[in-house]
Amino acid sequence: MLTIENLHASVDGTDILRGLNLTVKPGEVHAIMGPNGSGKSTLGHVLAGRPGYCVTAGTATFQGQNLFELETEERALLGLFLAFQYPVEIPGVSNMEFLKAAVDAQRSQRGETPLDTVSFMKTARETCKTVDLDPSFLKRGVNEGFSGGEKKRNELLQMMMLQPVLGILDETDSGLDIDALQVVADGVNSMRSPDRAFVMVTHYQRLLDFIEPDFVHVLAGGRIVRSGDKSLALELEERGYAWLEDEVA
Amino acid sequence: MLDFMRKPLDHAAANAPPWLADIVSAGRMRWEASSMPTRKTEQWKYTSLQHLQGSYAPANDGRVELAEAGLELPDLGGFRLVFVNGHFSPESSDTELPEGVNLVRFADASDSQAETIREHLGLAVGRDQPLFTALNEAALEEGVFLDIDPDISVEQPLIIAWLTANQDQAFGVSQRMLVMAGRGSHATVIEYFDSASGGQDSFTNGVTELLLNESATLNHCRLHLEQANAVHIGRVHAQLSSHATLKSFHCALGSVMKRLDLVVDHVGEGAHSELNGVYLPREREHIDYHTCTEHRVPNCSSSEIFRGIIEDEASAVFNGRIHIHENAQKTRAELNNRNLLTSAQAEVNTKPELEIYADDVQCAHGATVAQLDLESLHYLRSRGIARDEATVMLSFGFINEVIDSVSCEAVAEHLRGLLSERFAKDPALRAHRI
Repeated sequence: MLTIENLHASVDGTDILRGLNLTVKPGEVHAIMGPNGSGKSTLGHVLAGRPGYCVTAGTATFQGQNLFELETEERALLGLFLAFQYPVEIPGVSNMEFLKAAVDAQRSQRGETPLDTVSFMKTARETCKTVDLDPSFLKRGVNEGFSGGEKKRNELLQMMMLQPVLGILDETDSGLDIDALQVVADGVNSMRSPDRAFVMVTHYQRLLDFIEPDFVHVLAGGRIVRSGDKSLALELEERGYAWLEDEVA
Repeated sequence: MLDFMRKPLDHAAANAPPWLADIVSAGRMRWEASSMPTRKTEQWKYTSLQHLQGSYAPANDGRVELAEAGLELPDLGGFRLVFVNGHFSPESSDTELPEGVNLVRFADASDSQAETIREHLGLAVGRDQPLFTALNEAALEEGVFLDIDPDISVEQPLIIAWLTANQDQAFGVSQRMLVMAGRGSHATVIEYFDSASGGQDSFTNGVTELLLNESATLNHCRLHLEQANAVHIGRVHAQLSSHATLKSFHCALGSVMKRLDLVVDHVGEGAHSELNGVYLPREREHIDYHTCTEHRVPNCSSSEIFRGIIEDEASAVFNGRIHIHENAQKTRAELNNRNLLTSAQAEVNTKPELEIYADDVQCAHGATVAQLDLESLHYLRSRGIARDEATVMLSFGFINEVIDSVSCEAVAEHLRGLLSERFAKDPALRAHRI
């Protein structure tokens, strides 16, 4: 589904990713952990095509296509979804309108007609309940005045409405209390399927108790320095990252 | 140059109701003793009066059918009074006034109403009348007097539509309105300006005065939807007595030249005003809003939000002044102006002006000029929304925030429809509208 080879990327002229390799197959859940500044968030942004993030070398193939030749929206329409760590507030654009535009774009990509407003709103309201977000949030501006937890649940709401083939969760667990974490985890777990994959970027092992990964990778210095199964996360919890960084150095 | 309105002035001198005659002739004297502002005049630095040239005719006598003139009025669900090219249009107007509302055209005013009008006309604008108010009075033939009884709450909006239809010759008219909101009354007044499409050449010179008695609440909307060669120079002066509340919303689409001066004068303690607006010039259009909030007495509050989207080679001016007099302690005043430029040739001149003589006040102001927020654009696109559609959503969202503040839902809904069409000529780009 996604194959990243020797990815180098820089932000404002600073090299952040330095030769990252990662292969994600359908049905898999990958966790990417690592110390601050190791390039975890950069990876998500580069894959989603955020302006200012320059790919300087390497390739990424997603669904058989060269990801870096595609516009941001084309990547999304191919089924890539990034749940932002810091979702943008867009006052004046209602959450409902935003969601419908996104869902309609996906449907049009698949050659389907746009959903009529009534069925769309019904689905949106039901999905709101699943992510424990009051349906009144649909009428508000996109993320406008949402708390940190509400923003994260709004990201989840979008992901559930858009049903991507690859969900990249950028520190979706940060700032969530235990109940909210459970809601987010339930949402992600309900979406797990043999055709869909997830890449979760996180600082904490805690999230992995709720969403069990197939693979755990440690990102340090812009590269994946170690991969393993979920036991690696437990080891990291116990020993921190320093020993790995020492090993690599 | 002052001669361009000679014919409409002669027409008014001969046709104004007799009780207005001295006001008309006094206006003409002041006008003729004046000189036209130039680009060196501070108030007109960024707005050229070059479009006021040649010789304007008076509006043709005789009624114009709306449909015949290609004019359309939206259903805003209220009582309406319609004027076309300055003339009353009875077939498009309603007759059954809501209870407690006295609405009369100057031409129909009874002796006692005429007396009240004479007593109050020009009160809010003040003695030191601006040049174009003198011209307004010199060309005055018709106007509207709206008097709302004390303690009356009027549910349906009162709509005064001033429409401009094509005429064989360029023409100039005065528009005038005087509103007196009685003590403790509650009402919504909509001033609706529109023009027929096509190449009409017209100059409307408007003055509206809003006098709010103690504890009155007035929701006011002034929509300038005229386009093309319909030139408008207008002003709104509001005077707020103690504990009165004014919510005034303005919207201007472009034409070759529009200049609007809005003055909100807090003269009674505890008064509160909200002045919001959007301006949207494109192609080579020009819109100029000059606003002035006067705080003369203690314990009043005012907030003001104006936003503009300037496209193509269009230009806009926003000059927002807050004047807090020495006596006006405990004033809270806010002013915010944001502009979005969507092309490299678009231009805006924005200037907040604060003049504060009291020492115990809270005052905030800000003005920004920017392009579309790239982070927001990326966020929308990351969900599969194409760049063009995302751009439309963000532009529309930028002004929709202000439209959300409109107290009259019918007006807000009308504008949302109108503006979403304007931003997305391709219907596919607004398919997401719910």
